[in-house]
Amino acid sequence: MSGWSHVTDPVATRSVPDVPPEDARAGAHIPLDAPVVAPRHWGRIAFAAVAVALLALVVVTLAGGQIQWSSVPGYFVDPRILEGVVGTLILTVAAMALGIVVGVIVAVMRSSSNPVLKSIAVGYVWLFRAVPTLVQLLLWFNFALLLPEISVPGVFSADTNTIMTPFLAALLGLGLSEGAYMAEIVRGGIEGIDRGQVEAAKSLGMSAGKTMRRIILPQATRLVVPPTGNEAISMLKYTSLAFVISYSELLSQGKKIFQINFEVLEVLFACSLWYLVLVTILSLGQRELERSLARGQGLGEVRAARRRRSTGEKGDR
Amino acid sequence: MSAAADYVLEAQQVHKRFGDLEVLKGIDVRVRRGSVACILGPSGSGKSTFLRSINHLEKIDSGRIFVNGHLLGYRFGDGKLYELREREICTQRAATAMVFQQFNLFRHKTAIENVVEAPIFVRGIPKAQAYEEGRQLLADVGLSSHERHYPSQLSGGQQQRVAIARALAMRPQLMLFDEPTSALDPELVGEVLEVMRKLADSGMTMVVVTHEVGFAREVADQVIFMDGGVVAEEGTPAEVLGAPKNQRTKDFLRHVL
Repeated sequence: MSGWSHVTDPVATRSVPDVPPEDARAGAHIPLDAPVVAPRHWGRIAFAAVAVALLALVVVTLAGGQIQWSSVPGYFVDPRILEGVVGTLILTVAAMALGIVVGVIVAVMRSSSNPVLKSIAVGYVWLFRAVPTLVQLLLWFNFALLLPEISVPGVFSADTNTIMTPFLAALLGLGLSEGAYMAEIVRGGIEGIDRGQVEAAKSLGMSAGKTMRRIILPQATRLVVPPTGNEAISMLKYTSLAFVISYSELLSQGKKIFQINFEVLEVLFACSLWYLVLVTILSLGQRELERSLARGQGLGEVRAARRRRSTGEKGDR
Repeated sequence: MSAAADYVLEAQQVHKRFGDLEVLKGIDVRVRRGSVACILGPSGSGKSTFLRSINHLEKIDSGRIFVNGHLLGYRFGDGKLYELREREICTQRAATAMVFQQFNLFRHKTAIENVVEAPIFVRGIPKAQAYEEGRQLLADVGLSSHERHYPSQLSGGQQQRVAIARALAMRPQLMLFDEPTSALDPELVGEVLEVMRKLADSGMTMVVVTHEVGFAREVADQVIFMDGGVVAEEGTPAEVLGAPKNQRTKDFLRHVL
């Protein structure tokens, strides 16, 4: 007991209690309904004022710049720009879909016990992450230089340049490099699953393939969905790279306009506005998805909860 | 076959090492059909490793394990042991069932879905039949009203009872329990032991690694005391728990009682 006296001894560390010594109850002179006064954060107010002033200066400066602000809304709804929005959305969805499919396949190969498949998966991720996406787009677009003709003998044969449209080149370039990133995300999800889940599946006589399909991947989904949302948002912006191979996404559609009339900034601002709108929508969707995932243990549980709610059944715990 | 049929489990000179550490140093154990064997012993004695090797979750380095007279993991022919393929090992595993310390229920599936998963996808029986059998099993462990609950909505004791139902759904010849009550709050231990007791009364062959000496005394037909990778003492509960001969058994029992 004596060894703890330096901790328990109140004399050295405690301040004098806020109570008159003759009163038995602490703080008897403090009324229970005494008003509370918050401290003034003068430093905070000063910094906020400076920040607002600087921001206003930037806005005023930009507003007075060499740009026709009034023509931005017109470009925002210009049919050519709207066509670009559609092109951007199509490419985002298609490239993300390809990336997810490739990513899951590569991640499953990576966790297989076959050393050759494992090495191929590692090599894929290494290669497609190392080469810049822009370079990959150009490589696919110029694929005809490598193989002028694509053919399966006796079945089909075609000129590479007619097959390798800007869309396909953009899809392959963006989708395959996304596949490498998705593979790492899915691998993280697979490795995040408790070993006990695999052992339980094994002990019931489930094969490795069935365990992966029925037990591991469904549970990994919960871990994989949030980072995949981030990837989709990045992909939306990366589609602007397809501008260099003239796929008709937002930026290259904008270029078609300002090449003619030189209203470069006005068009670019209109495009940026669209990117802002699309990214905001995706972010809100992602937040909602994450929220519903965080509520339960897994997608199944979320679905069940929704089902219970819609049928008015109460969960008895 | 006649001798083998009397014993659901027969382990002979089972050795297992992890790197430099030899955890099983020649285990010989036989468990009669319809009997309950409890394995006791201090942690690190190799009892869990031995249990896991019966279900092929650990591959043994030497020795033989027979389940129902079938050599586990190998086929013997022209003087050689041929390793079985994954599919054949899965078939062998399905004959034994395991209940884990941490329950290991599939977290993305409800109680009933946990129970019917393997019957549908491993035994290959029709869905309707699997659900019917599964509901009966959940009723047997007293959880009829919880079939649509997810593991996270169940207490530890309830989860472990679902895990027992899930294991039974494979119609195993042998049930393995790896410290089934060690992860439970004290007040939940009883309900799980009660289910295990009922199961033993129904004639199921069981091998139970446990620290519940009381359960071993009342339910076991055979108590195996392991220490340092060997079977230190073996016999009826009265022999091993009532009048232990081995000094290590005596020390252990003095500490847990």
